[in-house]
Amino acid sequence: MKCQDLLKQLNEYVDGTLDPSVCEEFEKHMAGCNPCQVVVDNIRKTIMLYKAGEPYELPAAFREKLHAALRQKWKETHTPE
Amino acid sequence: MSDDRAALTDDGVLVRQARAGDMAAFEELVRRHERAVFSLARRMLQNEQDAEDVTQQTFLSALEHLRNFREEASFYTWLRRIATHAALKIIRKRRGLDTISLDAATAPDENDHIPHPEYIADWRATPESLARRNETRRLIEEALGELDDKHRVVFVLRDVEGLSVRETADVLGLSEANVKVRLLRARLQLRERLTRLFGDPDRRVAREEHAH
Repeated sequence: MKCQDLLKQLNEYVDGTLDPSVCEEFEKHMAGCNPCQVVVDNIRKTIMLYKAGEPYELPAAFREKLHAALRQKWKETHTPE
Repeated sequence: MSDDRAALTDDGVLVRQARAGDMAAFEELVRRHERAVFSLARRMLQNEQDAEDVTQQTFLSALEHLRNFREEASFYTWLRRIATHAALKIIRKRRGLDTISLDAATAPDENDHIPHPEYIADWRATPESLARRNETRRLIEEALGELDDKHRVVFVLRDVEGLSVRETADVLGLSEANVKVRLLRARLQLRERLTRLFGDPDRRVAREEHAH
């Protein structure tokens, strides 16, 4: 396996869905290739950082507007004629 | 319904109560999921106003179509689908206004060449300690904003929202192969950007060393 081949299998490797025989080759290549080891580690950390991201708060004015619009819509659709 | 009681109630129960005409139950569902919907839209669209529009459209649509919600999926899964489609509509509209050809979205470049990593270095800090810093959030959101729309949308669904490749393909109406290629490009580009920000220059691996 060459570095370029490793790149192509990168998703499956970090997601743990790589075929075991390919995985073995992948790890054999990494054991002898420090840059590929670091790239894989960088990718894992990149994904972890985004996964750890906190949700955004709604701007207060928008939140009020949203709830008012929903109450209005609720009245329109739930009031008997 | 009191707030305490609402907090303990399952989404599915609230949906049934809302369908039966209980507005407080619907409002509780909105309160539970509004931040998640807004965050998804904001990350996809990189614009606060557009994210507000998508959030409002999503909940108005949910209110209107509550009867169509099938409980095989979670309520948030349903909302996410509505929000994603609303966000894609805005992206398509933006593209339409662009001077760049629409074909750029489907150019056959994607399978041919995977860009080789340029800046390779160990990071100076762990993701856990980076995640605790306020500036990290700004930096990682900026990096996300630099991705092409088509790559960003896939990355947000797969790696931020945690959908599987198959679910991501399903929501976006793409093939799994296409999702995988876009995801790889997104991950590599973000790795490049973040390693330039968080990498330790003293522990940089020169590209020349990496030619085999």
